[in-house]
Order: sequence, then C-alpha cells, then structure tokens
Amino acid sequence: MTKTSITLNVNGQTHETKAEPRELLIHVLREQLEITGPHIGCETSHCGACTVDIDGRSVKSCTLFAIQAQGSEITTIEGLGGPDKLHVLQEKFKEHHGLQCGFCTPGMITRAHRLLEENPDPTEQEVRFGLSGNLCRCTGYQNIVKAVMAAASELNQTEVA
Amino acid sequence: MIPGRFDYHQPESLAAAVTLLSELGDDARVIAGGHSLIPMMKLRLAMPEHLIDLKAIGDLKHITVADGVVSIGAMTTQAELIGSAALADAAPIVKETALQIADPQIRYQGTIGGNVANGDPGNDMPALMQCLDASFTLSGPNGQREVRAREFYEAAYFTTRDDLEILTRVTFAAHGGGYAYEKQKRKIGDYATAAAAVLLSKGADGACSSASIAMTNLADTPIYCEEASSAMIGAGIDATSIETAVKSCLECIEPVDDNRGPAEFKKHAAGMVLKRAIDSAWSRA
Amino acid sequence: MNAEAKTIEERQAALKGLGTSRKRVEDARFTQGKGNYVDDIKMPDMLFGDFVRSQHPHAYVKSIDTSAALEVPGVIAVLTAKDLEPLGLHWMPTLAGDKQMVLADGKVLFQGQEVAFVIAEDRYIAADAVDLVKVEYEPLQPLVDPFKAELPDAPILREDIADAKEGAHGARRHPNHIFTWEQGDKDATESILSSAPVVAEEMVYYHRTHPCPLETCGAVASMDKVNGKLTLWGTFQAPHVVRTVASLLSGIAEHNIRVVSPDIGGGFGNKVGVYPGYVCAIVASIVTGKPVKWVEDRMENLSSTAFARDYWMQGKIAATPEGKILGLWCHTTADHGAFDACADPTKYPAGFMNICTGSYDIPTAYLAVDGIYTNKAPGGVAYRCSFRVTEAAYFIERMVEVLAIKLNMDAAELRRINFIKKEQFPYQSALGWEYDSGDYHTAWDKALAAVNYKGLREEQAKQVQAFKAGETRTLMGIGLCHFTEIVGAGPVKNCDLLGMGMFDSCEIRIHPTGSAIARLGTISQGQGHATTFAQILASEIGISADDITIEEGDTDTAPYGLGTYGSRSTPVAGAATAMAGRKIRAKAQMIAAYLLEVHDNDVEWEVDRFVVKGAPERFKTMKEVAFASYTQAIPGVEPGLEAVSYYDPPNMTYPFGAYICVMDINVDTGETDIRQFYALDDCGTRINPMIIEGQVHGGLTEALAIALGQEIAYDELGNIKTGSLMDFFIPTSWETPDYVTDFTETPSPHHPIGAKGVGESPNVGGVPAFSNAINDAFKAFGLTHTHMPHDHWRVWKTANDLGMHA
Repeated sequence: MTKTSITLNVNGQTHETKAEPRELLIHVLREQLEITGPHIGCETSHCGACTVDIDGRSVKSCTLFAIQAQGSEITTIEGLGGPDKLHVLQEKFKEHHGLQCGFCTPGMITRAHRLLEENPDPTEQEVRFGLSGNLCRCTGYQNIVKAVMAAASELNQTEVA
Repeated sequence: MIPGRFDYHQPESLAAAVTLLSELGDDARVIAGGHSLIPMMKLRLAMPEHLIDLKAIGDLKHITVADGVVSIGAMTTQAELIGSAALADAAPIVKETALQIADPQIRYQGTIGGNVANGDPGNDMPALMQCLDASFTLSGPNGQREVRAREFYEAAYFTTRDDLEILTRVTFAAHGGGYAYEKQKRKIGDYATAAAAVLLSKGADGACSSASIAMTNLADTPIYCEEASSAMIGAGIDATSIETAVKSCLECIEPVDDNRGPAEFKKHAAGMVLKRAIDSAWSRA
Repeated sequence: MNAEAKTIEERQAALKGLGTSRKRVEDARFTQGKGNYVDDIKMPDMLFGDFVRSQHPHAYVKSIDTSAALEVPGVIAVLTAKDLEPLGLHWMPTLAGDKQMVLADGKVLFQGQEVAFVIAEDRYIAADAVDLVKVEYEPLQPLVDPFKAELPDAPILREDIADAKEGAHGARRHPNHIFTWEQGDKDATESILSSAPVVAEEMVYYHRTHPCPLETCGAVASMDKVNGKLTLWGTFQAPHVVRTVASLLSGIAEHNIRVVSPDIGGGFGNKVGVYPGYVCAIVASIVTGKPVKWVEDRMENLSSTAFARDYWMQGKIAATPEGKILGLWCHTTADHGAFDACADPTKYPAGFMNICTGSYDIPTAYLAVDGIYTNKAPGGVAYRCSFRVTEAAYFIERMVEVLAIKLNMDAAELRRINFIKKEQFPYQSALGWEYDSGDYHTAWDKALAAVNYKGLREEQAKQVQAFKAGETRTLMGIGLCHFTEIVGAGPVKNCDLLGMGMFDSCEIRIHPTGSAIARLGTISQGQGHATTFAQILASEIGISADDITIEEGDTDTAPYGLGTYGSRSTPVAGAATAMAGRKIRAKAQMIAAYLLEVHDNDVEWEVDRFVVKGAPERFKTMKEVAFASYTQAIPGVEPGLEAVSYYDPPNMTYPFGAYICVMDINVDTGETDIRQFYALDDCGTRINPMIIEGQVHGGLTEALAIALGQEIAYDELGNIKTGSLMDFFIPTSWETPDYVTDFTETPSPHHPIGAKGVGESPNVGGVPAFSNAINDAFKAFGLTHTHMPHDHWRVWKTANDLGMHA
C-alpha cells in the first residue's frame, strides 16, 4: 500500500505523518496523532461524536479523508482548553451537568464552540438547531442547552467588561 | 466501515480536472463535499480507484448576482448559501431549502454541486433547481454545455451528465414574489418523507402571475409539476385552486415504500406538504 | 482546628453528602477529551480484529475459503469455527442458560451473524481481508414471525437442540420453542375472567429496539505469555462476571485474568452480555501473543449485539362496573431471536415481567411467557430497564387505559381507585413480589394538580369538538402513566447470573490523613458513581466527598460484584457502601473512645466526629481517628482503618413515579409535538438531585425515541431494515422537548439509606406516557389501542383507519 506524507495542523501544532489516501481523518487523529478526544459513534455522519473544527467549520471527521484536511487548521476538544485554563464551555458543561457518559461531549463542545463563534447570543431554539448534528444518548439535551446558553452569557459579559 | 483503496488527486484548475477525469475514465470519481460519496465508499458500495477532489479549484466556489441572474459555483457549500446576503436577497428560497438539509456539520461540507449532480432522489436541491428553472453548466472533454435542471434527471443516480463531465455551476434567475420550501422528515438529518418547493407571484390584479412547483423524494427523480404550475397562472389562489393544484401534482409523483412509510402515506403527506408550501408562498407573494 | 468554629449545619454541608447536588468529579476529564474509552487504548504491536458476517438470515455454511484473505500483506490469521472447536470455544454459554455460536458452526441463524474473524495489523487491512473471505451459503427459509414458529411448515432453526425436550427453563414443546414461564394462579384468574362483569382485552406489542449507546461494544485482549496473565479491557457492564466467564471458557485461572472496564460511553443494557467479539479477541491474543483490539461499528452494533423488548403481550383485565380491578391475565409471546441470550437473573427467563400488575391492588393474576426462536439477532437485554420491567409497565399502563375506555371512565380516576394504598405496604402482589414502600395517591394527586389535569381534559374536549366541526386537524393527547419499578437485583436466594449471586460489594480504605478510597463491584457508564458513592460514604463516615476516591471496573483491585444494570448500583452497591462505612465507623468509635479516655458507649456520632455524651467540647473527628489508627498503638484494636461489605439485599426496591405527557398530533401528516411533559419520580432517599434530574431527562429522551419511532425492524425475509442511524431513530436536540421534573420521597424501609435507584424509571414510565398520549388523542374517535412505534406514518395510518381522512 502507498502511504503519503501528510501534514496536519492540529491545535496549533504541525504534525507530519504518513497515511494512505483512504484513511479517514478521525482515524489519523486518534491512532497516529493520539488525539483521542473526538470519538467514533456511528460512522455514517449522523452522531457528531467525531466533530472537529476545520478552518472555522464544524466537520464530522469520520466523513473526511485526512489528506483532504492537509493545510487546514484543525481544532479538537484538546485545543479548546486544558487543565491550566478550561474553555468557558467546558466549565459550563460541568456546572450544568451537561454530560453523563462523556462520549459525545468532545464533539458536542467543539460544535458548541463554533456555534457561539458564529452566533454569540443565540436563543434556546438556535442552540437546539445549532447542535442538531450531535447526538447524545444520556442527557436528553436539556442541560446541554442550558450549559451552552450559560457559556454564551458569560462570554458576552466578559466581552462587555 | 472502511473504504477501499484509491489514489487521491487534487487538481488546481478545472481544465486539469477535466483532463484527469478523461484520462482515468470509469475508475475515477469526482468528490466535492463527500457526504454522499464517502459513506458509500465506507460501505464499499462505491470503490473508485481514483478520487478527484475539486476543493483546490478556486473558481468553483462563488455566489454572484448580476443582472438578475444568480450564479453559484458547484463547490459552494450549503453553509455558504445560507450565509450569503446577496443570495438571500435574490433568491431567499435557496436559504430556506439549505437550512432543511441534513445538519449543521454536513451543511459546512455539503456542496450545491454535489447535491444536484449526484442524482439522489432524496437530495433537496434538485427539486429546488427545477422549481427555479435553473441551468447546470457541465464541463467535459468536448467543452462546456448547459443543461436545464428540468431535463437533467433521468432516474435515481442517473442524469444526463456524462461520466467524463464535471458539473461546475448552477445559474438561475433571481425570483421575486412568494416562495416556500416545505419538508416533512422524521428528524433532523433525515431525507424528506415529502418536500415541495413553490414559487408564486401575485399580479396587480391579485391573481397568480407566475407559478412553479417541484417536489422532492416522491419519485426516482425530482418532480417538476408543469401542469399544476401553469394551471395556477392567471387564477386566484384559494382553497379550490390549491386543491386542484395539489391534485395535479400528486398525479406526477410515484413514491415508493420505505422506512418512512408506504407510498399511500407519502402521497397523503405530499399533499399536506404541498398545501403548506403553497399557502406559505402565497402569503409571502 | 477550623472545624470547631463551624456549626453542625456548616460541617454537614462541607461533607457534600446525601442530598447535595454535588458537581461531578468525572467531568474534568470528559470535558477535556481525556476520557479513556476502550477504543482509546493503544498498545505496542496491537492487532485488530474484524468479522466476516452473514448476509443471510438463515443458511447452511457450505464452505469458507480464507486463502485470498490470508494473502493480504498484514493479515495474521483468519479464525473460523473450525479453529475454535478444538478449544471448545466455537460456542459459548449465554446468560439465559442457552448457548450461542461464537463463529458460524455449519449454519447461520441471523443476518449479521459472525462467520469468521480476521486478525490483521490494522483495521484497514482487516476490512480489506474481510471482503476477500469467500463463504458459500445454502439459503434456508427464514423464520421471522414468532407466531409462525410452531406451524407445520416452519423451518427448524436450532438443529443443535432440535430434539431436546427440556431447556434451561423447563419443557420445550417444539424445536423453535424455548420455554414457558408461568406465574400466578391460572385457574383463579380464568375463573374471574369468566364471571367478571367487565373484561377488557387487548394485544399489546412492545416492539424490538436496541439500547444503542453512543459508544459501540469493543474489547482489547492482551495475553502476556511470559507471566501467563490475560488482561481484557472492554465495554463491560459486569466486569467480574466477564472474568468468571472468561476463566470458565479459556481454562485460565481467574487470578490470571484481569478484566478492566475503562470509561464506558453509555451502556443501557447493551454491554451486559458476552459477545463473540470478546471471545475472538481473547483467542486471537492467545494465538498471536499480541494485544488484539475488536471494536464493532454502528451497523454491527445494531444488527448483532443485544436487542431489547420484542414482547407480544395478550392481556385481559377484569373489573367491576365501578372500576375495581378484579383480575389480570397476560400471555406473552417473546421473540428471543436465534439464541436465548436474554440478560436476566437465571431463575427469571422473562425477567421481572411478573411486576405487570403495576401500581395496582389486583387480587388475582396470571402470567405466562413463551420464549420463541426466530432468525433475528439474539439479546433481550434490559434497555435502561430492570429485566422486562419496561414491557410489564407498558402492558399494565396500556391495559388500564383500555379498561377505562371499556368502562367509559376517566383513566386517572380508574388508576386512583385501584392504587395500592400507602398503608398496604409492604404489599404482597398476586404475582409474587413484596413491594417495599410507596405512596402512590400522594404522587398522583401532585402530578394531576401540577398539570391542571381537569383543565387539560376540558381543553381536549373542546379540541375534539373543533376537530369534528372541521376547524382544526390537530388532536390533543394526554398521556398518563403511574409506574412501579422493581430494581436492585437482587437477593441472592432469588437472583443470580450464571450462578453468581447478585450481591454487590464495597471495600473502603481510610488513609492516615483522613482521606479515603472506596472500590466497588459496579461500573459507571455515565451515572456518575465516582460522585454519588462518595456522597453516600461522606454521610456515613464524616469525611468530605471531595476527599474520597471511588474506583470501579478493575477486577484486580475491585471486590467481586455483579456490575451495573437494572438500576442495581444504588440499591445494592450503594447499600454495601453504607454498610462498609458503618463498619468503619464502628471501629472508629472504639478508637475515638480510647483517645477520649471514655467507654465506647459514652461517645456518640455527630456528622463528622465522635462526641463525648454530655460534653460536646470533647470530641475526635474522623480525621483524627484515622490518623490515630495508623500512628498509635490502641489496645485491642488492629492498626489501620479499612472495611469491606458484601451486601445481599433482603428485597428489591420499588421506585415509582407519575408521568404526564401532553401532545399535539397532526392527523394528516402524523407529526407529533410534545407540548408538555411532567415527570414526578419517587426513588426514595435522594443522593444527588442534580444527577437524578439528569437521569430522568436522559431516560425520558430514550423513552421518547422508543415510543415515537425507534425500532429494530426486519422485513419478511429476515433482512434488517433499520441497521444504521439513518433509520434507527435517535432524537436530536431539535426533536427533544424540555421536561419538568418533580419528586416525592418515600424511603425504602430495608435499604440502609432508604435509596431505591432512579436511572431506569424514566424509560419505564416514559414509554407508556408517550404512547398513551397518542392513543388518548384518538380515543374520542373510536380507537382502543394502536401499536408503537408511533412514527409519522403509523400515526397517520391510525387516523386513516379511523376514517379521519375521508
């Protein structure tokens, strides 16, 4: 099999790796770069567990070949915040019990991040519509929506201040 | 769900893409947003040996409105359609439709070109394009040609596009008047149980001055309801004329049984969706 | 020390014990993408396994040619039943006393069945090789409809046991028949049915569905040949049971097997059983000496790992004209698929279906369940449910509605006059259970008042008039449900899995500086055990929950337990935790008394310390006692502060709830809109209200999915029709409503802290509430009952059958 050199920019770091053209971005991220925050849930682009941010777009990385992401800026949950400084969304998901098993959480937060970048002051309905590409089996979404609304409100207050 | 092997090509010009496709022939597939093709490849229902990715071809991504004509590059994503102020002004029905396609992530990736070229009866844009009487630009080894959306679809996944041609652009006239795209689906991310695109204009006399109706996922191609559309012109829009139009449209469709329900139900749902769409379009006319 | 300055209330609050909406300790890693799920495990030289699966629902396997697959570079081996047979591993025992093929042994019995196992260097190579394995089949007539299983022309599915007249659960009357399970008094019930003034009858189908956790099932097996030790990581809701099964199957002694459940991305019953993938991963690792990972994809998950429900429940309910229920009769035809792999306690082949008298004082009842083989995937797990309680609750809550129609009575009132009364607890049910506690009338009245039930009925009546007058095409449905759960399996005398009594366990070690670690035999799949068990313990031993680590899921360190499913963790392991905590306290009391130089009986416990009776200024905190236990020689007391409890519950617990759903229904499109959902739960003592509310939201959403569209459907040829998330309905945030939650609190009298468990209540009670709303909407137009799932076309069909589109 022919592996091609691929350069991926993930969370501000450049990774040189080799992959076949057919290798899906989610597999290269998880197995080669050991970025395991994004998960595989359905493989048919319905569940959104594999959501990453690519050049300012939320993308289901199970339905994109890694080679197609070459040269793009990729952000995963790991790039949003870490132990030293959590992202407001990470804080709010904790505070409002917006997660249970945690499997959908990385994709959900990554998607919510892009939603708030595009629409900093969403209505509850806009949050529900904006997160509708991410399935959660545990929470019933109510607390996820609450967490995203709370994050929006806090981000807006910070900006005003 | 692992796709088979292929070689990946990313030509930087349309000419290069057309040449490459001509050289590789049947072994190659063109990929745009990939949200139809990649799942098929993961199921190994599609196993192309070569993928020609159009993403690097800059002139395939544009939305222009000039002299009342809208031109959209094939690689323009649904999200870009939704975000375009010029398009919202010239043809608001496009945004209304795009918002009902799949989910946010897929709309960032899915393109108008992929949606119309694929020939999937479940896709929403083909019926919309027929409703708008859009034209598709195809580029192939023998040059460029235009095909009307109303003449493009032959059967499920079969279109008049030659395998060596690439769909590069859709063009249509900006629409005035009232518009609606109504879609019944089981949930976000689903294809239509039934959907209808409707454009209606109101003349100075209060009667319908132009009408165009097309339907999604109710046959193996999108359905442009020519008779119903022309019958509405010149008449007032009321319960009776809507009833007549719906009846006429329902004669054009041939839904099939699937998990969304039996054909009988879909016919009924189609009538409801159509009524909603006509009501909504007329109220905006 | 600071503690002295604090009031009792402040000290209590500092513990973050029972009743506190403590934030979850698990969330730090999950929100940062640092959870550790089975597919995150990466080991040097790890291989990857993938299955060749049958496209045929029923066929003989004539030959398997693996030669082309083996030629693919990177393919290590391809296992078939022939390779497993010498090890005795081509079949494996199921939890229901049946056996199941690990790899197709001469025939396949359902679409998606495992036929061969490819082991390769990575998942891409494995997938390529799977495509190259050539299997020659001879198709056989499939059996899809369980009601046709015993017809003369029915194909015989299980030829391996075709002649066995006795199964694990008694006599078999046909090769496609698995068991008949009878409970209650048949003669008495039938006699009441024949003489009662009113009898309502209905066939209630609870369709086949699937737990579909967001993470699929998977495992990594690693055989260390140097030390002879097998380590198995996997999606296991019952890791100790998996270890015992692995030991029995492989012959490797149990101390040489370490089973680890890492973080689990939801279970809902799907991860209770043992699957061929686990067995094949283990064998592959033993054969290759390398770690082997197997993770199924979503289509494999939906089509081959454990389904849920699929009960055809024929019911008869007898009553007086005033509505007093006299008797209940139920015959269930249970479609178990190709192998009986139901995850039920051994003595209960139909789980706790005999809780089907529900919340009502029904003096006489009879239940019979017939298990049937069909050409469908095996399973029958408790999908967010305690062993068929969902089926039972759905059955009785539909039957009560059907009876109300027959009696022309308000269904809320009919329930009220039949509820078991508060003073009747402990209540002995006609089908053999002893309900521990309840106050149904209080809960019911609170629920009806909260939604203004009377007002809703008035509005509904107006809506019916408006519909009949042609003013609207929307109907309004009011879905009522009062359910009683039975959870916390269970008393060892009644309940076991593969012979292992269903106790559970907790082991506590207090560290010298007064923090602690507790290990349990359960495993969280999102329930937040690390948070809530620490709260139970905090209240018992007076150490802040923040200073207590909870560990589960590693059989090398955790005490033996039966795992997490059937809402058993709080009732059983939660009780073990409290009991172990009490042992700690008992020892600590002796130490404290010694330190305070008084008799043991002269100190008393106060929140976080022992206080000398009558001299509150003299005390020793648990922290001080812990330190002393390691640093001082205390006469007659062993050093250290540790305790273990294996808890065998005296009874199940019986959580209950009152749910009301208001739905608007478009009769022309079949679209439904949930206007309002009110859920009152009584789960006894509430450990963490925030987590309870989250569990209720989630369980209701799963209930909504099941009631409104989620199904595993097969066509008449045995092909699965809903094998991916395109067709298997999981609602998004857009289709999911906001819920209103409420509670009453009736502690369990036999549980050490009075807790009953809550995780599954919303699924058990939610499904009838949603379904009853649909049924109720059409009641005024002549409908008695329509089957789930209530997706658009079936709702439309109901309306159509009632002539509402004419």
